[in-house]
Amino acid sequence: MRNNWIYIILAILTFSILVLSCQSNEEIEHAHYYINGKTAYETHCQNCHGSKGEGLGLLYPPLTDTAYIAKNQNKLARIIKYGMSGEVVINGQTYNEEMPAETHLSPIEIAYIINYIGNSFGNEIGHYTLQQVQQDLTNATN
Amino acid sequence: MRNLLLVTAFLSILILSACRSSNTNKLPILGSREPVTKEVNGKTVTDTVYHSIPDFEFLNQDSLAITEKTFENSIYVADFFFTSCPSICPIMHRNLLEVYKKYKGNSEVMFLSHSIDTKYDTPSVLKSYAEKLGVTGNEWQFASGTRETIYGISPEYMVFTEENDQVAGGFEHQGWFILVDKDRHIRGAYNGTDEKEVAKLMKDMDILLSEYEK
Repeated sequence: MRNNWIYIILAILTFSILVLSCQSNEEIEHAHYYINGKTAYETHCQNCHGSKGEGLGLLYPPLTDTAYIAKNQNKLARIIKYGMSGEVVINGQTYNEEMPAETHLSPIEIAYIINYIGNSFGNEIGHYTLQQVQQDLTNATN
Repeated sequence: MRNLLLVTAFLSILILSACRSSNTNKLPILGSREPVTKEVNGKTVTDTVYHSIPDFEFLNQDSLAITEKTFENSIYVADFFFTSCPSICPIMHRNLLEVYKKYKGNSEVMFLSHSIDTKYDTPSVLKSYAEKLGVTGNEWQFASGTRETIYGISPEYMVFTEENDQVAGGFEHQGWFILVDKDRHIRGAYNGTDEKEVAKLMKDMDILLSEYEK
């Protein structure tokens, strides 16, 4: 009877350690993606969208529309890779300029960038995985 | 005793005025210079001829001709860019927009952005660009011209420009902001992508403007 209790306590301990280490693994991965995303953002996005995601006039939309980013998070990968054209309403303003494609970017680089944009400038979409990015990119109906 | 007082007063005025004149520092005149010897009233006088921006004629964003006369009563900031530029131009114009906002409404200050994409950047494209940037009125002129006139004038501002398929966007150019005075002399060159240098540009514009105060 006493042994059983020890086994139960050990089992709970092992399980919680597993869960905790899983979480911190994801946190570590997210921190890694976010830091790399900052560098990639500075190289590929910041010229137009600005260091604070503020955009520029009606030429380049800001990345501070948290509702838009959250709602369209599954479209971000294709927008980053293939560019964007046509009207888009951001923070209540209509933008209609062409965003150039960056087809040379790999899925992992795109994941870095989404994690940075999605969790900066007021956005809080949380961790965005490489698997999700790969799925978003193959999903042509987006 | 009275003499001593007078001398002290005279000296202190001299020192004070010397201080004042050293405060109003002048900007240098940049570019090549040539000594020119002339004869004035039978005496040989050597004078320096400074580099100055030659006459020009472009179309602005309203399809109106702009020439050196458009800028004759202003100091102005000149640069070279193109509207579809994916690299340094957005940073340059984000910075230049701050300078524009500071001097908006000052009739002694103008801006002149030359497009080096002479095929695509027609006056209507430049008009749309200016409006979307937030520029109205004629204080900031966006110039379009022929390949010869635009690429011909950029070395006069000491700015390198070139059509180049190898770089992003198809054009290579430097991001200088060039400060020009009312006599078309170059008085300063600032890296338009560096916020600190743009802050220096605004300080220097104040210094240059004070040269024209009566």
